[in-house]
Amino acid sequence: MTKAVVSEELAGKLSKSIPDAVEEITESWVVVKPQSLLQVAIHLKQSPDLAFDYLNCLTAVDYMEYMEVIYILTSMKHNHSLVLKVRCNRERPEVPSVTGLWKGADLQEREVYDLLGISFTGHPNLKRLFMWEGFEGHPLRRDYL
Amino acid sequence: MKIDEAKTESVILEIPKAQPVMRDVEIIDTDAPGDDVFVLNMGPQHPSTHGVFRMRVTFSGELIEDMQPIFGYLHRGIEKLAETRTYTQFIPMTDRLSYLTSMANNHAYVVAVEKLAGIEVPERAEYIRVIMNELMRISSHLMAVGFFLNDLGCSVFTPLLYMYREREKLLDLFEMVCGARLTYNYMRIGGVSQDLPEEFLGYAKQFVKEMPSYIEEYEQLLAENEILLARTKGVGVLTPEMAVNSSASGPVLRASGIKWDLRKADPYSLYDRFDFDVPVGEIGDNYDRYRVRIEEMRQSLRILEQAIPQLPEGEVRTKVPQFLRPPKGEAYGRIETPQGELGFYLVSDGGIAPYRLHIRPPTLINVTALSEMVVGSLLADAIATFGSIDVCLGEIDR
Repeated sequence: MTKAVVSEELAGKLSKSIPDAVEEITESWVVVKPQSLLQVAIHLKQSPDLAFDYLNCLTAVDYMEYMEVIYILTSMKHNHSLVLKVRCNRERPEVPSVTGLWKGADLQEREVYDLLGISFTGHPNLKRLFMWEGFEGHPLRRDYL
Repeated sequence: MKIDEAKTESVILEIPKAQPVMRDVEIIDTDAPGDDVFVLNMGPQHPSTHGVFRMRVTFSGELIEDMQPIFGYLHRGIEKLAETRTYTQFIPMTDRLSYLTSMANNHAYVVAVEKLAGIEVPERAEYIRVIMNELMRISSHLMAVGFFLNDLGCSVFTPLLYMYREREKLLDLFEMVCGARLTYNYMRIGGVSQDLPEEFLGYAKQFVKEMPSYIEEYEQLLAENEILLARTKGVGVLTPEMAVNSSASGPVLRASGIKWDLRKADPYSLYDRFDFDVPVGEIGDNYDRYRVRIEEMRQSLRILEQAIPQLPEGEVRTKVPQFLRPPKGEAYGRIETPQGELGFYLVSDGGIAPYRLHIRPPTLINVTALSEMVVGSLLADAIATFGSIDVCLGEIDR
């Protein structure tokens, strides 16, 4: 059975190595600040007792006041999983890209950019995925239709 | 993992702090290709692209230098449509994702909703779900292998028609339980729509008994087939590091030698009660992907052999209100479909429709690694490699 990583323990470890990174902890997920996302991601992937080598799913939700990008990570070695979140403002949403760490994020980040308009800085090829070139707006935003 | 991490570090150091790249319009530089560079657009209408998929292939001589997949020709906005439908009304839409694995799509979605709302499922319904899922896996793998061989040009259409013969029996079984042959809409939140008809178990038992001899027949036809070996051995290799890093799942991941199957790693339904093996490949080439699918069919039959006699009596559906209002919260439900990990991320605001529904499409993410797999090969091999991934455009574009 894939176990969820205990958030409190993880947050403790994270704040030891990357101070000021964690914004909120709940039972089921950890929210980190966008500016420290890459550092946290590197830590999650490279520290041997976490070893999150597999990015299951990347998506985003529009909450009108802010946008939230959700990363679901799994470690195949330890068979545990984690839901990581990042919040960014809605007017100029910018989140660093994790394609350098998990290539599986490539098309998924393009999809989020296309449908919700979050731009991932550092993505090698940030173009629309489904809508055609020159399409205006981002259809999955709550105020689109 | 070593190669990968080295790559990772260098990429991260290079991340610029300046403006993000926001390119909506692709600028085509007509002067760019040199004399020996040739750009070919394959698709969107092409028999080997399994739907409306486009590959922009750049050649240097005869070898592929770059491959860019282009999607969106079948985009219907299913995730947006979900926001205006009740939880139950969305089930028929999942049929239209990967239409060759509809039963599994239904299952993945109801698993997510049940997780979100905390609904228990009766034991009989769980057994029926397992039986349906494994029948679906055999049917989908038959089509995957059949069309793959078709792409290779193994005596055009012959192997595919052999496989249609067995799939027909499976479609008859599905028709018995729900009346439909392709888009089933059979699973419900809290169970399945109706109990199995009386004659179903007899036919299913007979199918499970006969099928191994048909698989033997395919093996006799194909295992040592010259065309198959020449076109698949060592072609389209996906290394295990790359497979994990690019989030591949299902037979594509397992063919690269990674033993990761959600039925074992994170058992849902009743999969922890059955005895079966997870077949893996050795080097992750087209041949391994083909082998893994054939072996998985045998393992599915093993599960069916155990599940059909154990089927208990009882209810097939928990009472669930017509306008289900799950509590505020989020849930990610996933299952192992024939093509990989299909997941639904649901956000509920306490209303009758999901606030946000995201589908994790296994085939779209399996295509991520495609360009690495085909660079440096011939165009004909790229078509074979693409066929070996087993994509369905209904799911990629959603």
